[in-house]
Amino acid sequence: METKKIAFLGTAEQEAELLAAIDDMRNLPGALMPVMQKAQEIYGYLPIEVQEIISDAMDVPIEKIYGIATFYAQFNLEPKGKHQISVCLGTACYVKGSQLIFDEISKQLGIGEGGCTDDRNFSLSSCRCVGACGLAPVMLVDDDVYSQMTPGRVEEVLAKYA
Amino acid sequence: MTDNIITSLADTSFYKIQRRIALKNCGVIDPENIDEYLAMDGYMALHKVLTEMTPDDVIQVMLDSGLRGRGGAGFPTGLKWKFAKGYDAPQKYVCCNADEGDPGAFMDRSVLEGDPHVVLEAMAIAGYAIGSSQGYIYVRAEYPVAVKRLNIALQQAREYGLFGKNIYGTGFDFDIDIRLGAGAFVCGEETALMTSIEGNRGEPRPRPPFPAEKGLFQSPSILNNVETWANIPQIILNGADWFSSVGTEKSKGTKVFALGGKIRHTGLVEIPMGTPLSTVIDEIGGGVPNGKKFKAAQTGGPSGGCIPASHINVQMDYEHLAEIGSIMGSGGLIVMDEDNCMVDIAKFFLTFTCDESCGKCTPCRIGTKRMLEILDRITSGKGTMEDIDKLEDLAYYIKDNALCGLGQTAPNPVLSTIRFFRDEYEAHINDRHCPAAVCKELFHYVVDPDKCIGCTQCLRNCPPFAITKTDYIAEGHKLPSVKIDNDKCIKCGACIEKCKFDAISKQ
Amino acid sequence: MKSMQELAAIREAMKAEITLAGKPGAKRVVVGMATCGIAAGATPVLNAFVDGVKEAGIGDKVSVKQTGCVGICQYEPVAEVYDGTERTTYVKMDAEKAKRVVEEHLIGGKVVTEYTIGATEV
Repeated sequence: METKKIAFLGTAEQEAELLAAIDDMRNLPGALMPVMQKAQEIYGYLPIEVQEIISDAMDVPIEKIYGIATFYAQFNLEPKGKHQISVCLGTACYVKGSQLIFDEISKQLGIGEGGCTDDRNFSLSSCRCVGACGLAPVMLVDDDVYSQMTPGRVEEVLAKYA
Repeated sequence: MTDNIITSLADTSFYKIQRRIALKNCGVIDPENIDEYLAMDGYMALHKVLTEMTPDDVIQVMLDSGLRGRGGAGFPTGLKWKFAKGYDAPQKYVCCNADEGDPGAFMDRSVLEGDPHVVLEAMAIAGYAIGSSQGYIYVRAEYPVAVKRLNIALQQAREYGLFGKNIYGTGFDFDIDIRLGAGAFVCGEETALMTSIEGNRGEPRPRPPFPAEKGLFQSPSILNNVETWANIPQIILNGADWFSSVGTEKSKGTKVFALGGKIRHTGLVEIPMGTPLSTVIDEIGGGVPNGKKFKAAQTGGPSGGCIPASHINVQMDYEHLAEIGSIMGSGGLIVMDEDNCMVDIAKFFLTFTCDESCGKCTPCRIGTKRMLEILDRITSGKGTMEDIDKLEDLAYYIKDNALCGLGQTAPNPVLSTIRFFRDEYEAHINDRHCPAAVCKELFHYVVDPDKCIGCTQCLRNCPPFAITKTDYIAEGHKLPSVKIDNDKCIKCGACIEKCKFDAISKQ
Repeated sequence: MKSMQELAAIREAMKAEITLAGKPGAKRVVVGMATCGIAAGATPVLNAFVDGVKEAGIGDKVSVKQTGCVGICQYEPVAEVYDGTERTTYVKMDAEKAKRVVEEHLIGGKVVTEYTIGATEV
């Protein structure tokens, strides 16, 4: 996994959008999660800078926000690449060999689970069942589904997004 | 019907044996059009309870129907409602668990995407029964289509006056908020789910107090799973006797299974409780493909177990599955053949639960980790026979001491595979051999020089260049065969995939 | 907010559209548009049916609707045609096949047997 810090590039517009959303949701019971989900939708990820905005605007300690952000798999503390690759490691895909697909992608891009390539073109993750078990093994690049994958087809699929 | 070819799904063996109750409208109506749901008697059950029944009547029907939770544990739904009704509070909550997390299970997604109104209607019925005006649906963010259709359905129901204030002019108010899960398996556990809706880390809470007394926002609450909800309007309309006439003595109604893995016809199947597993696999599923042998069926996902061929006639209901160390679970049904290694499968599920353990209680956080380390040893050829005993000891300890359902059931896949496939564990340990040729360190690839025609497809596709030509030319062939250097081989399987002559095998 | 009478009217009208009862010659096409169907390519199939029916000017006789998952994953995309009491299940569809079904089945009244579930091996 890559651990180097990637610079925060948030804009004033993004911050204004987030603050407006917080004002809308403030009185919702249990508002913090929906706010964080909205923030991730706006910024694409939840770096410490964004967590601080939420903390100030909602008057919630930053450690609580960080605690939630690190608890749920959906929240990313690292930016995502332009193209997001996810390989299904659900049971049906797994028994049909999806781990081999994941390993091959990892090797070709030189990144592990949750990693992002230096050019921010690809990020890689494994996912739980996408509900397409009849098409196993399955990988997704953004919204495109590649079914009945083999390690041999990985290079060809990645080339489409290079 | 033309030339004896089956042209309708309704005539296939896959479909004929099924009994569709929860999935009645899925694949029939347009889920984004409330009028189509209305045409299928939609919102008539809600009308019936609001105009003809008292809350106690509704609960009595639920109790009489024998409906039990379809999320896995099988707790009687009516009882849950009865408890929640018994507590007085200014606000109570009705929650829907749509955080379907078991790998391989997707029946809840299908209901939400195919028939979202049924869930809304059922939750309103429960609201009336327990005295609640507010519901929450906690749905996986990974199901964007389901979320979209739920939102459309809610909007339409509100516009028609079937949701919101003064429903059907009876003075009953009910509305629902949709909350998105954020990818934590433990949030499928009821107290963790409620903690998450409250806006916290989704950690489970000790019970008691049970949610019926102190649930969401410390108020009396009920939580039912999507498939459970999908049965309820029909139970109200057709009566408890109609529902309880389907199924077995203690397991009433139907169950939806997501049939997958090594099976000819994958898909969603809804069958009466008590249907034998063999009927599902052979008749509905069409058997194991490619001439392979059935080895086991896995039910209940990471909380369940494996059913071996010797129990293939087991009745699929709560009691019989529990008897052989598995569980009904949410309905994942994964078929495995002779190419699946059962130790590896146990490791796969344990990796999952270890990863998803929230970390709050020690037995689950540390215990699953230790078990996983032992399984890692065994699958890499470094295990000892004592390791099997250690696994069992740890498993029972975790089952007895973990805080929530995730931890209490996490050892099940290991216990059930040790029970039925002990020989495979022993082969990994004593012979340093993986009989199914799955565990990478315990098998190798072999070229049959007499079948190899020397086309070198494998050689050219071998990532680590582990394949080389030999001097041997088999009779009738023109080119020399190849061989594999086991020290270089990474066991990716690319060669076997490329070979058109069946010349490479795993041993 | 709808009155009971309005709801009852919607119910009856839509029931007739779904069951085709009392509508001789009417047909209903449903395309499986759950996540699995969409992933397998059901969107262009649905569009092809919608466009085909429109172009042929048979919109008053044939309704085209999206629906949820009918449960047969590996046959996706799936489209079903209801014609009177007859139900035909077309599997592994694409836009081209949909066009042919529009022409031969929806307009011509003849089932395209080769695209049906019984004729398709998986």
